[in-house]
Amino acid sequence: MKFSLEWLRYFLETDASVQEIAATLNRIGHEVEGIEDPAAKLAGFKVARVLTAARHPDADKLQVLTVSVGDAEPLQVICGAPNARAGMTGVLGLPGAIVPANGMKLRKSAIRGVESNGMMCSVRELQLGDDHEGIIELPEDAPVGADFASYHAASPVFDVAITPNRPDCMGVYGIARDLAAAGVGTLKPFPVPEIAGEGACATDIRTDDPEGCPAFYGRTISGVTNGTAPEWMQRRLIAAGQRPISALVDITNYLMLAFGRPAHVYDLARLSGAVAARRAKAGEQVLALNEKTYTLDDTMTVIADDKSVHDIAGIMGGEHSGVTEATTDVLLEIAYFDPTRIGVTGRKLGLTSDARTRFERGVDPVFLDDGLAILTDLILRICGGKPSEVVRAGQPPVTPELIAFDPSLTQRLGGVEVPRGEQRRILEALDFRVSPLPFRGGDGGGASAPGADGSPHPNPSPEGEGLWSVTCPPRRHDIEGPADLVEEVVRIHGLDNVRSVPLPRADGVAKPTATPLQLTERKLRRTAAARGLNEAVTWSFLPEPQADHFADGLANSGGALWVLDNPISEDMKAMRPSLIPGLLAAAKRNADRGADGSRLFEIGRRYFRGDGGASDEKPTLGVVLAGEKTPRGWAAGKATPFDAYDAKAEALALLEAAGAPVANLQVMGEAGPQFHPGQSATLRLGPKTVLARFGALHPATLKAFDIDGPVMAVEIFLDAIPPKKAAGFARPHYAPPALQPVTRDFAFLVPAALPAGDLVRAVRGADKQAITDARVFDVFAGQGVPDGHKSVAVEVVLQPGDKSFTDADLKAISDRIVAAAARQGASLRG
Amino acid sequence: MDTTDQTRLDEALAAIAKADADTLEAQRIAALGKAGWISAALKTLGAMTPEQRQAEGPRIQGMRAAVAEAIEARKAMLEAQALESQLAREVLDLTLPAREMPRGSVHPVSQVMDELAEIFADLGFSVATGPEIEDDWHNFTALNMAETHPARAMHDTFYFPDVDAEGRKMLLRTHTSPVQIRAMVEHGAPLRIIAPGRVYRSDSDATHTPMFHQVEGLVIDEGIHLGHLKWTLETFLKAFFERDDIVLRLRPSYFPFTEPSVEVDVGWQDVNGRRVLGGDGDAPGHGWMELLGSGMVNRRVLEFAGLDADKWQGFAFGVGVDRLAMLKYGMDDLRAFFDGDGRWLSHYGFSAFDQPTLSAGVGARA
Repeated sequence: MKFSLEWLRYFLETDASVQEIAATLNRIGHEVEGIEDPAAKLAGFKVARVLTAARHPDADKLQVLTVSVGDAEPLQVICGAPNARAGMTGVLGLPGAIVPANGMKLRKSAIRGVESNGMMCSVRELQLGDDHEGIIELPEDAPVGADFASYHAASPVFDVAITPNRPDCMGVYGIARDLAAAGVGTLKPFPVPEIAGEGACATDIRTDDPEGCPAFYGRTISGVTNGTAPEWMQRRLIAAGQRPISALVDITNYLMLAFGRPAHVYDLARLSGAVAARRAKAGEQVLALNEKTYTLDDTMTVIADDKSVHDIAGIMGGEHSGVTEATTDVLLEIAYFDPTRIGVTGRKLGLTSDARTRFERGVDPVFLDDGLAILTDLILRICGGKPSEVVRAGQPPVTPELIAFDPSLTQRLGGVEVPRGEQRRILEALDFRVSPLPFRGGDGGGASAPGADGSPHPNPSPEGEGLWSVTCPPRRHDIEGPADLVEEVVRIHGLDNVRSVPLPRADGVAKPTATPLQLTERKLRRTAAARGLNEAVTWSFLPEPQADHFADGLANSGGALWVLDNPISEDMKAMRPSLIPGLLAAAKRNADRGADGSRLFEIGRRYFRGDGGASDEKPTLGVVLAGEKTPRGWAAGKATPFDAYDAKAEALALLEAAGAPVANLQVMGEAGPQFHPGQSATLRLGPKTVLARFGALHPATLKAFDIDGPVMAVEIFLDAIPPKKAAGFARPHYAPPALQPVTRDFAFLVPAALPAGDLVRAVRGADKQAITDARVFDVFAGQGVPDGHKSVAVEVVLQPGDKSFTDADLKAISDRIVAAAARQGASLRG
Repeated sequence: MDTTDQTRLDEALAAIAKADADTLEAQRIAALGKAGWISAALKTLGAMTPEQRQAEGPRIQGMRAAVAEAIEARKAMLEAQALESQLAREVLDLTLPAREMPRGSVHPVSQVMDELAEIFADLGFSVATGPEIEDDWHNFTALNMAETHPARAMHDTFYFPDVDAEGRKMLLRTHTSPVQIRAMVEHGAPLRIIAPGRVYRSDSDATHTPMFHQVEGLVIDEGIHLGHLKWTLETFLKAFFERDDIVLRLRPSYFPFTEPSVEVDVGWQDVNGRRVLGGDGDAPGHGWMELLGSGMVNRRVLEFAGLDADKWQGFAFGVGVDRLAMLKYGMDDLRAFFDGDGRWLSHYGFSAFDQPTLSAGVGARA
C-alpha cells in the first residue's frame, strides 16, 4: 500500500523524519518496500514565466520562447506545446534535470538550428497526471524561480507491505494509529461529520442474503455534480497509485485508502426499483467496471435491482450503473460482506480488486455509519447535492471479543519483560480496552473468563498476579487469543528488546541423529563423487511423454503417474518415475554445449502411488554416463566411449557403499524397455528383489532425447536394499593366513550362451573352504573353438589353512572344479 | 720367483683395471680359474715345509685376494656404467600430461544440507523428512490456513487432480512446514527437528524456480520463547557463515502458523560487489536482507498436531537452502542449480572429502 507523508500527517501529528517513520514502520511489522521522494525526482525543475514567444524560423509547430527563472538572464527555450504563450507561468526543466516520465536527461541543444536551454514540461512528463495536451499552466502568483518541487509541495511516498492479517492498516488512518502507539506522534482525532439527511432514501434497500451480506447501509444524494476531485485529493490518490477518474469515484477511493473502507456509488438513474443484496442466479452475467463480463453462480452475492445485477458484491461494481459526468442523483452503498464468501467468489472468478483484498481480510464491522457519514460529507462538499436519510438493512456481525490475558505471558512467550503499565498503554493505544479480570483464574484449567472460542484460559500464570480482561476492537479480526496480544505488545515495545537466550543443552557431546536412510544417502553421495561423478539436482517433474516412457516396465510403479493439474509448462507436468530422464536431459544439454562427456548422478525421489491416495516416494540414486569415458590422448590414442561394464562398475560400487550384500547379488535381465535389450541387466537379491538396473540405454530412448549414444545409465532403488542388522563397532575376528595362496588356471569350453557368471559361481562353489576367489581372465571365441562355443579361462585362488596343499589335495580340488563346471556344460579345453 | 710373481700380479691388476666384461672374465680365469697361475701357486703350498708355508701362504693368499677384489671392483664399476647408459636411453618427456582421473563433485545444495545437519545436531536437532506430494490438510489446514484463508492463494500451489482416501486435495508441498505437523504427530513433544527438502511453487522468473529447497526448524518444549528463537538463529547463522559478527534484526510479520510471527533480517556489507553477511545492517556501507521467516508456533497448530497447547510451546523457522548456499558460496543464478551443467557443477560443487565436521569448520573454503 502506498501513501504520501502529507496524507499520513493529515491523521498523525508528528515531526518525525521520513527515515524515522520508515524505521518505525519496519519495526512494528509494516515492511517498507520503498520510499519514493518526488522532490528528488523534480530536482532541476523550476517555476518559470514565459516572457516572449515567437514562431521558430524553421518549424511551423515550434516556438522560440524566452523564459525567466527569476533574477538570472532569461533563457531561450524551444517549445512545441500549443498553449505556450507569452505571460504564462509554467515549469521549466533545466539542463541536467531528468524527466521523471522517461528518464531522459535534459541538456542544452539546438532544435532545428536554434539553441534551446531546457524544456517546458507537461503534467505527464512530470508524472503528476495523464494530461499531455500542453505544458503545465501555474497560477499567475506562482513564485518564478522557485524549485517546482517545493512549490508543488511534493511529498515523499511510502510503499508499505501490509500483511494479510492487518486489513485495518489497509488505510492511512490505521497506519497512523499503529505509528502513534509506537511513539511516532499523536493520532489526531477525526470527528465524524454530522449529516442531516432529509427525506426518505429514493430507493428501497434490502439484504436478501444475510449470510453473504449481513449489512447493507445506504442513502441517496440528489443534485450532485460529478466533476473532477479537488487538487488535494487527486494528489493524495496519485501518490497512492490511484488514477483520478471523477469526483464521485475518487471520493470512494479516497475513503477506501484513508480508512480501509470500500464503498460504492451507483447512478440512481440507472437503477430500477429496490436495490438488494442477494445470491446470484446460476448463469447470471454482469459486465464489470473492468469491461469484462463475468458469469456468476448461486454461491455469489451480488447487488441487484429489479432488472439486473449491478455489483459483484464487495469485489467490483457494474459498468451499467457506474457514475458518469452526467450523473446527478446517486445511491451510496456501504455494506459488510462475509470475508470467506468474498474470497471464494474472487477465486472462482479470478478477479482481484482493492475492495476484495479488504473485504476478504475483513473490514471494520462498526465503521458502517461513520464511513457513510464521511463519504456523504465529502460528496456534499465536493459535488454538492441533498442527502436522504440513511437506510440500514441488516446488521454487521459484531461480537465483542474478550480475552483473558495474563500480562506475564509476554515474558513467557515473547521472551521480553514489559512492565504491566507499558503493556496496558500499548494495548489501549491500539484501541483495546483493558480491565482487571473480576475473579482469579485459580489453577489454570478452570478460569472462566470468556475466551475467544469458549476455550479455557490458556497459559495460566504461575503467580496468578492480576489477570486482565481485554476487549478487542472489532476491526481486529486477527486477534484470537492471548498470543496475539503478546504479539501486539512485543511488536510495539520492540522485538529489538528481545534478548537471546540459549536453548537448554543436553549433557555431554551431541548425540548422533541421522537415520539409516540419511546415513546411506550421505555415504552414497560422497562415494559417487569420489568415483568421479558430478552430483546434479534436476526437476522432480518431467514432460508427460518422458515420464510415461520411463514408467513403462517398472514393476513397482503401483498405478498411474502423478500428473499436475496446473503445471507451469508442459515440460514440467508429471512427477518423475525415474531419475534417468532428468539426468539424460542434463547430459544432452552438456553435449549441446560441446562437453566431451557427462558423468552425472542424482539422489532423489521417484513418485508413485501409495496407500489411501497418498504418495509413495522412493529414494533413488540415478547415474548417467554419456559421451567420452576417456578423451583421445597421446598415450591411449582414440577417445573411448562408456560401455555397459562401466555402468556395472558404478552400480556395484555404489550398492556396496549403500550396504547391499553385493557378493550375493544375481545379474538378471529385464532392466526395462528404456534399456538396450542385450546390454542391460538388473541386480537382484533373490529372483524378485530388484536393487538396481544398469546398462546401455535403448537407441529409441536416446532418439527421443535427441542425444548421441552410447549412453549408460544406472538406477539404484535405495528402498529395496535390506536394512543392515544393527552392528557394534568391532569387526569379525580376522588373522591373515600364514601360508601363501596357490593359483591355478582353468580354460573351459562352454556353450556360447552360458553366462560367464554362472560358470564362475559353479567354480567357486566347488570347494567353499579352499577357493577364495575365481576370476575370469580370458574369454575367446573363433579359431580353435568349436562353433556355438566359447572359451572361458578362470584363475582360481586356493588358500591353504593350517598346512600346505599336497599334490593329492590340489588334484582333488581341481577335479571338483572341473566336475562343477561340467554341470554347467563346460569341459576343460585340451 | 718372488719378482716373477710380482710382475705377473702387476700385469694382471693392470689388465683388470682396463678390462671390459668379456676380458674381465678371461683375466679371472687366467688368475683364479682351475688352471690359473694363482690357483697353481696355491697348489704348491701343499708340498712345502711348514716353515716355507708360513712365509709363502700369506703372500700367495694376498695375491689371490688382490686379484679377486680388483675383479669385483671392476665388475661393479662396469655394471654401474652399463646401468647408467641404459637409464640415459630411457628418458620420458614428463611434460606430457599424465592420465587423468575424473573428478566428481557434491552439489552445493547437498553440501549445505549436510552442513545444516552437522550444526543442528550439535544443538540437539535431528533431521526429519516428509512427503513432497502432500495433502492440503498437512500443507495448509493444520498450519492454520483454512480453505478460505487468503494466505493459501498467496502460495502459488501446484495441485494434482487427485484426492486422498480422506478426501483431502493432493498438491506439491509449498513449504517444508507440513513436516512440523508430521513430526509432532509422530514423535510428540519435546521435539527438536530440522526438515530440509524440496518445495514447489508455481512461479518462474530470474530469481524464482518452480522447485527449490527449504529447511524448516522446529523446537517444542516447555518454556520456549522468542529469546530462544533469536539465540538459535544467531547461533546457527554464526556457525554456518563462520562469522561472529552476524547481526539479526527481528521484524514483526505474519504467518498463519506462528504467533507472534517474526521476519528475520541479517546485516550485510557490500564487498567488491558481493553481498557478504556480517555487521550491523544500519552501519555505513551495510544493509539488511530478509533471510528467514519464523515465530512462536501458533497454539492452533499445536492443537492440530495433537499436543497440549497449555503445556507445550515452541518456535519454528524456515529459510531457503539454495539462498543460504548462494550467500555463502557466491553463486548468483538460482536457475543454474537445477541445470546439471558439468562446468557449473565442477566449479561450484564440493569434493567428496569436504564432509562437514565441527572440528574442521562446517564450511569448505574456496
